[in-house]
Amino acid sequence: MSGIPHDHYEPTSNGEKWLHRRLPVVGLLYDTLMIPTPKNLNWMWIWGIVLTFCLALQIITGIVLVMHYTPDVDLAFSSVEHIMRNVNGGHMLRYMHANGASLFFIAVYAHIFRGLYYGSYKAPREVTWIIGMLIYLLMMATAFMGYVLPWGQMSFWGATVITGLFGAIPFVGDTLQTFLLGGPAVDNATLTRFFSLHYLFPFLIAGLVILHIWAFHTTGNNNPTGVEVRRGSKEEAEKDTLPFWPYFVIKDLFALAVILAVFFAVVGFMPNYLGHPDNYIEANPLATPAHIVPEWYFLPFYAILRAFTSDVWVVIIAETLTGGIIDAKFFGVLAMFGAIAVMAAVPWLDTSNVRSGRYRPMFKWWFALLVVDFFALMWLGAMPAEEPYATFSLIASAYWFAYFLVILPLLGVIEKPLPQPATIEEDYKAHYAKNVGGTKTIVEPAE
Amino acid sequence: MSMIKKLTASALVVFGLSTSGALAAGATDTHIEDFDFSFEGPFGTYDVNQLQRGLQVYTEICSACHGLKFVPLRTLGDEGGPMLPEEQVIEYSKQYEVYDAELDDFREAVPTDHFPESNLETAPDLSLMAKKRAGFNGPYGLGINQFFKGIGGPEYIASLLVGYTGEEKEQAGVVFYENTAFPGGWIAMAPPLYGDDVEYADGHSTDLHHLSEDVSAFLMWTAEPKMMARKQAGFAGVIFLTVLAVLLYLTNKRIWAPVKRRMKEEN
Repeated sequence: MSGIPHDHYEPTSNGEKWLHRRLPVVGLLYDTLMIPTPKNLNWMWIWGIVLTFCLALQIITGIVLVMHYTPDVDLAFSSVEHIMRNVNGGHMLRYMHANGASLFFIAVYAHIFRGLYYGSYKAPREVTWIIGMLIYLLMMATAFMGYVLPWGQMSFWGATVITGLFGAIPFVGDTLQTFLLGGPAVDNATLTRFFSLHYLFPFLIAGLVILHIWAFHTTGNNNPTGVEVRRGSKEEAEKDTLPFWPYFVIKDLFALAVILAVFFAVVGFMPNYLGHPDNYIEANPLATPAHIVPEWYFLPFYAILRAFTSDVWVVIIAETLTGGIIDAKFFGVLAMFGAIAVMAAVPWLDTSNVRSGRYRPMFKWWFALLVVDFFALMWLGAMPAEEPYATFSLIASAYWFAYFLVILPLLGVIEKPLPQPATIEEDYKAHYAKNVGGTKTIVEPAE
Repeated sequence: MSMIKKLTASALVVFGLSTSGALAAGATDTHIEDFDFSFEGPFGTYDVNQLQRGLQVYTEICSACHGLKFVPLRTLGDEGGPMLPEEQVIEYSKQYEVYDAELDDFREAVPTDHFPESNLETAPDLSLMAKKRAGFNGPYGLGINQFFKGIGGPEYIASLLVGYTGEEKEQAGVVFYENTAFPGGWIAMAPPLYGDDVEYADGHSTDLHHLSEDVSAFLMWTAEPKMMARKQAGFAGVIFLTVLAVLLYLTNKRIWAPVKRRMKEEN
């Protein structure tokens, strides 16, 4: 599957040969597992395994939860309590599923920001990146609909607010919102369709994950230097790479075990820390909570949604130019989806021909600021919509767009990159020369 | 080492920023006392005697208006709960009348029934009260207080019960009572406890502070009846995964050793 030369599966026994002629599935698994992987991958390359694990965890716990859950406005909340009280191990299943969503998003954000720093989105990996962004969008949709299912106050009012966003779209908004909700307001029809889609989407994600893996197995992994693996011959490639099994499987599993130990501590000792107390109040369409706050993983984009109020000059211009078709509400919706769209378009916005941020002295600082900006937006998304948070949100949102639309295109032109190593092998050796403690000189990267 | 640091850093950052719960209550000038409950922290467990005393306070005082509709009566005998003996659970159940759809009539409750719903429409069900209120918030919506003190549901209930100032006011025919823990400062519920409202069989103090603490602990149990089992599972998980991580670390080190040795030799 990979373009990097390596040994392929050869059936040995008669049985293997028989199967291989009819369905080369063992060969497929072998080639997938033995893919040549750059030997210099650092610990930021472990999140893929964590994400795969999360998807499996969510699907397995979810399937069991469905056996005990009832998607009905009168019964959903009490069926969750039934799971918590009467189902054997049900409280652990539910807490693992709820906190599993948080782990999923911690991992996906780490994975995305790793890609942004090391330029994993650049040619020839644009398709891997785009599929990844689609997975991320589906994850958000799945998590949002899953949060509605317990039918607590935040479930109900979160669903009301978020589907209301679609209502802000000019001309078709109301029709679209009614279509999504299955009626004029969040009700039983909404709950049942969200339940159905919440069950469906993870399998779509699983399909996209296969494409995502297929795509980067075709191009080969990126690595911290951003320098491509040499492909001239098998011997040359083997100097830059090691097979995924066992070198990276064991490494990734070690990282996964450490992360899961933390995860189990959260599930066991503070399972409601990341949740919202209001969601233990049964949904009541007549009582609006004082603050409607989405889950933490939506907060950065929620902050961008709320940042563009009707008194912001860009909103006023947009409203004037379009004769009021784009009002503040719709502008906010466009900004929120736009914030993800610019991230998806980053392969074509980044003009630098240097892939890894490690060799980009100016980029490093702008990237660090983007990470700070992301956490600032996350914090602002949870704060009430009032000053000074509104101004902060606007500044932080502006930086998010500026990074992708202005800074990245310009940096490629004005930045003078540092020298890159000629090969991955060279970088790897230099790393070990540094680590042997002063007895050997550091190998200088070739100019 | 740097990896461990990065992992913990990323985990801490996310937990630190998980502000949604911390922020919501938003009440600014309420006072929540940090009661010292036996079930706090990873090692905390319910105190069976306290749960039984709390059950007594609930039964004699709270249940006049409030219900516990999600709590099956049989769970009063469960391990990790008040652990009443089976006969006592049967006896206890008999005091409640429940509606039976098959009989189309009310009958005496049995342990497989749930506690009744609230008698008063304005009195909220208490099953989940200890989880649907956050006693602690902030600072600045960062969730740090909740990380160290817990979310503060039982502390909120206990603070509310001891938080009456004695001031009253009438608004549109409804009497409100000033309370230092209630958001907004005025609550429609009259002070339910004054101290010495019940008589404990175990001779435990029945002053207002202790009664409030006991019933709050009981309500924490009604909200989170599987807390002890959960913490045990948490320990089993953390210990198992730590051992597994150590073994995988050693395996990983061994697998990579020849590769790294070759690198150093070539240098």
